[in-house]
Amino acid sequence: MIYVKDLYKNFGKTPVLSGINQHFKKGEVTVIIGPSGSGKSTLLRCLNLLEAPTSGSIIFDGQNITDKKADINKIRQRMGMVFQQFNLFPHNNVINNIMLAPVHVKRMPQQDIYKRGLELLSRVGLSSKEKDYPASLSGGQKQRIAIARALAMDPEVMLFDEPTSALDPEMVGEVLDVIKNLIKEGMTMVIVTHEMGFAREVGDRILFMDRGTILEEGTPEEVFSNPKHQRTIEFLSKVL
Amino acid sequence: MLDFSSLDRYIPKFLEGLKVTIGLSIATVILATVLGFIIYFMKASKSGIGKFRPISAFAVVFIELMRGTPLLLQILLVFSGGKMLLGIDISAFQSAVIAITLNASAFIAEIVRAGIEAVDKGQMEAARSLGMSRSLAMRLVIMPQAIKNILPAIGNEFVNIIKASSMASVIGVGELTLAAKIVQGATYLALEPLIISAVFYLILTFSLGRLMSWIERRFKSSDIR
Ligand SMILES: Nc1ncnc2c1ncn2[C@@H]1O[C@H](COP(=O)(O)OP(=O)(O)OP(=O)(O)O)[C@@H](O)[C@H]1O
Ligand SMILES: [Mg+2]
Repeated sequence: MIYVKDLYKNFGKTPVLSGINQHFKKGEVTVIIGPSGSGKSTLLRCLNLLEAPTSGSIIFDGQNITDKKADINKIRQRMGMVFQQFNLFPHNNVINNIMLAPVHVKRMPQQDIYKRGLELLSRVGLSSKEKDYPASLSGGQKQRIAIARALAMDPEVMLFDEPTSALDPEMVGEVLDVIKNLIKEGMTMVIVTHEMGFAREVGDRILFMDRGTILEEGTPEEVFSNPKHQRTIEFLSKVL
Repeated sequence: MLDFSSLDRYIPKFLEGLKVTIGLSIATVILATVLGFIIYFMKASKSGIGKFRPISAFAVVFIELMRGTPLLLQILLVFSGGKMLLGIDISAFQSAVIAITLNASAFIAEIVRAGIEAVDKGQMEAARSLGMSRSLAMRLVIMPQAIKNILPAIGNEFVNIIKASSMASVIGVGELTLAAKIVQGATYLALEPLIISAVFYLILTFSLGRLMSWIERRFKSSDIR
């Protein structure tokens, strides 16, 4: 579904991604792990061009999206993204957070969008919060709304950048449960996380990133139980 | 001792001045706000060839010029320059509106910039990640939040505009300050006319201040409902 070819990204003169080649398959859950600053977020953000690659290409559903002629807004509608800091729209209540993009970007009938919004709210277990403002929600609730907001665009792939890192420990579970349910429904996902237990449980494929490259990749079994590289072993010994 | 007793019959003169001050201020506030936003968007514009962005460069130079030279001089320049350079006949009132508008718009552009930059970067990213264009995200997500940062500072700027309008007196616009000077001349009273004008200015700026904080409160409450 998404091919990444020879992806390089520099911030100024600093190389952050140095030659990434990957294929994210339809229906597959890829989990990216690695030390802080290794380029995990940058890689994820290159996939929907929140960061412009310095060189290389990203092919989404047969279309080179790094091409200048590609309609990036159209493409982003097909890729949902969930951020560490939630980034809910504070001036909109919960249901309007979810409906804003579908109403103004997809221009479907308002009534259909509203019905879909309510359906998504119940799916993330927050039906009672329809009219609440983000400021009155807990971190876990905010993140579940952020997931519902992304799903409202009916994306074909979901990108998660440390969706639970900003949460109090007791709220991590409720967010991971929502993500697990999505996986059951067959959603294609790329997840950056520091939750190793979760990575191991849901990942079809684990990518270990270090200093801008993917140093090691494989099934959870391969990466967690039989890591090949010294860097992977060191990293895992610190976080497990 | 101050003597206000003989000023009764000049009250209409002050009220006339007050009317001009209010008219001048309202016209300037509206035009300067519109122009201020335009200048901001010009400054933020990315269009150009390579590193050279002519629209943005123009706005930057404009802002520097307006903020770096005295308003009094700008008013005199527009008043004399309009006739001499452009050959168009603009009244003193129009000159004052144009000059103060140009000047205030530069300050408002910077207020708008600061207000927009204060909105969390993640807001634009979240909006773009949902497939919104930059301009749609600006309209639906960034501006409604930025306006809350912008309002208090812009309220200050409106007060400044009211006070700055007094400089229009140098080119003969019959506003409050000129009214005071005229009454001074007619009565040989040095202080009293100035004090009366000052009181009128205070009433104007105070009322505007109350109005602005009422509007701010209305905007603020929308997050917490
Ligand atoms: N906008 C930016 N400008 C300059 N440098 C940046 C920018 N964004 C990231 N970097 C740098 O790029 C490197 C990789 O950052 P990135 O956020 O991708 O790491 P990460 O693996 O996601 O780390 P973490 O686990 O801490 O989130 C870091 O050294 C970071 O300082
Ligand atoms: Mg990161």
